Amino acid sequence: MLQSFLQNILNALQWGSFYSLIALGYCLVYGVLLLINFAHGDIFMVGAYLAFFVSMVLLGKYGAIAGLPGWMVLSLAVPLTMILTAVVGVTLERIAYRPLRRKGVNRLYVVITALMCGLILENGNLALLGASRKSFPTLIPIQVFDFHGIIVTNLKLMVIGVAILSFLLLHFIVTRTKMGMAMRAISYDRFAVPLMGIPADTVIVFTFVLGSGFAGLAGLFFAMTYPVIDPYMGALIGWKAFIAAVVGGIGSIAGAFAGGFLLGFVEIMVVAFFPSTYRDLIAFSILLLILSIRPTGLFGVARRTKI
Amino acid sequence: MKRLTVPVLLAGLFGVMLWVSMAGILNSYWQSVLMFMGVNIILATSLNIINGNMGEFSCGHAGFMAVGAYVSSLISVALFTKSATFGEPLLSPDLAVWLFPLVLLAGSLAASVVGLLVAIPSFKTRGDYLAIITIAASYIVKSTIENIGAIGGARGFMGMSGVMNAMNATADLPWILIWVFLGTVFSVCVIRRFIYSTFGKGVDAICQDEIAAEIMSVNTDRVKLVAFMVSCGLAGLAGGLFAHILGYVNPGTFTILKSTEIMVMVYLGGMGSISGSVLAAILMTLLIEYLRDAFGFINTFLHYISIIPDSYEVTQVWKWVLIPLLLVLLMQFRPEGIMGRRELADVFPGLRKFYKFKG
Repeated sequence: MLQSFLQNILNALQWGSFYSLIALGYCLVYGVLLLINFAHGDIFMVGAYLAFFVSMVLLGKYGAIAGLPGWMVLSLAVPLTMILTAVVGVTLERIAYRPLRRKGVNRLYVVITALMCGLILENGNLALLGASRKSFPTLIPIQVFDFHGIIVTNLKLMVIGVAILSFLLLHFIVTRTKMGMAMRAISYDRFAVPLMGIPADTVIVFTFVLGSGFAGLAGLFFAMTYPVIDPYMGALIGWKAFIAAVVGGIGSIAGAFAGGFLLGFVEIMVVAFFPSTYRDLIAFSILLLILSIRPTGLFGVARRTKI
Repeated sequence: MKRLTVPVLLAGLFGVMLWVSMAGILNSYWQSVLMFMGVNIILATSLNIINGNMGEFSCGHAGFMAVGAYVSSLISVALFTKSATFGEPLLSPDLAVWLFPLVLLAGSLAASVVGLLVAIPSFKTRGDYLAIITIAASYIVKSTIENIGAIGGARGFMGMSGVMNAMNATADLPWILIWVFLGTVFSVCVIRRFIYSTFGKGVDAICQDEIAAEIMSVNTDRVKLVAFMVSCGLAGLAGGLFAHILGYVNPGTFTILKSTEIMVMVYLGGMGSISGSVLAAILMTLLIEYLRDAFGFINTFLHYISIIPDSYEVTQVWKWVLIPLLLVLLMQFRPEGIMGRRELADVFPGLRKFYKFKG
């Protein structure tokens, strides 16, 4: 009993790590722009695909270069995937969100645009690459450790470690650097910031770089853990990560991180006791409940509306 | 006399539609395009209450459509035909013609009740959070349907064509076309009366400023509740008609893509403009049907001038790239759509003479 419980906790930690990594990106963009970046889940999907192509090229499958050993591929794929995904995210911001922000239109239009961009990424991918699923190559051989019946793989430990490191790094950036201070300033008052000589657009681009980069990282590790990638993988995970961010209280990085692990834990426990088809149902029901009771989430702060 | 123009026109249209489908001038493909136009008009105008007039952002409309589709299909199949799921019909199939509107009504009532899933959280949340709630609601509906094995689960549910055959046995008319036409007229009429009523002005007031509306004695919670329930109920009606047109429902139809299609109609027509929504629904239906053929042509053409590799085929998936792209471009360049917030009568004031109900 205790054994299976601990095993479940470990699985939940791994599952929650993905949610947390994606939720962090949601959270950053929301904190700075007050915009829910609906395309974020699909940026995660793009990240997984980029990771796939990067790994295939580095492994020498396309004959572009001679093959490298797996650990080297992984250590090169991490920065490359992050950079490429960040480029995708920033492109999206440039061509879709920025013109709207410049015009100062109703925020609703930006939300619609974001949602549609996500659909374009999904279906464009499906149309260009076809519906066949791609299987991700094995980069590092999986080693299984057995602690008294609890199965731990090196990949699992790596995923959990990466999530925690990312959180610490983000926390450091947001609280201790000048750029982070500028981000917090924009989220506090968007109109006063340019008057103080802070280049608001640069800060916003940097936010998208961070958020998309971590989504790309999540995509890489997700593809390593579950080595079959398809164009619609981002949609549901993106929604779930958003739920995680909401549960934690959107706009607080620690909240998003905690929310991701909480949701991972809940889902794994649901699968342990109910049929697995109920998982999404219960996750979305939790979201509805939380938003009906505490619209700002568990760690969130209520914003007062002034007339 | 002038004031009766609209009913006379509608009756004329109805007669012409009956005549062309009975005389075989329109083949069954174009008949179905006409029917989808009707269904899309209902969907677009009903979503327009929330996305246009109330200024909220609901993107789970297909979920409520699914509720209506399933509930009305289940009831009609159980009552009027022999089926594998329910066995012998509970009532005589001759009654199908008379009771069918009630079946559709039951579907839309069920959809309204499910609309509470969105309406109640909307008291507290607004904007993008509400968008999430609507999406969550549509996911919940879809996953619930998929988890009920008794009605076919993810495989879908069929047998509605038997109901149509039962009606045809009673009187040989294109029944489903008639019901779609009546449903469309009913929906547009109800929405128009609702939006122009004193109570319905509250919906516009919420769009402008919720807090100010609350202070000016608009009971915002009640207005939201009614608006959501009317909108979801009519979506359920459209779903019921949709299911009976196809004779088959499948939860996979009612995804966010379907909701997107409806949203494109609303924003293309213009937020808060009923005539704009009707116009956009007609245009979009034609566009979607046209795209079906166009991709085949494009594919052949591109292969002919050998721009693309031989192994690659241009498929229908591109439709789902084009439609969201259309909406993105709309938001960038003309967010107010074709009509903006105006009705036909605002564009052509001369039309006002022909209305009975001035709004």
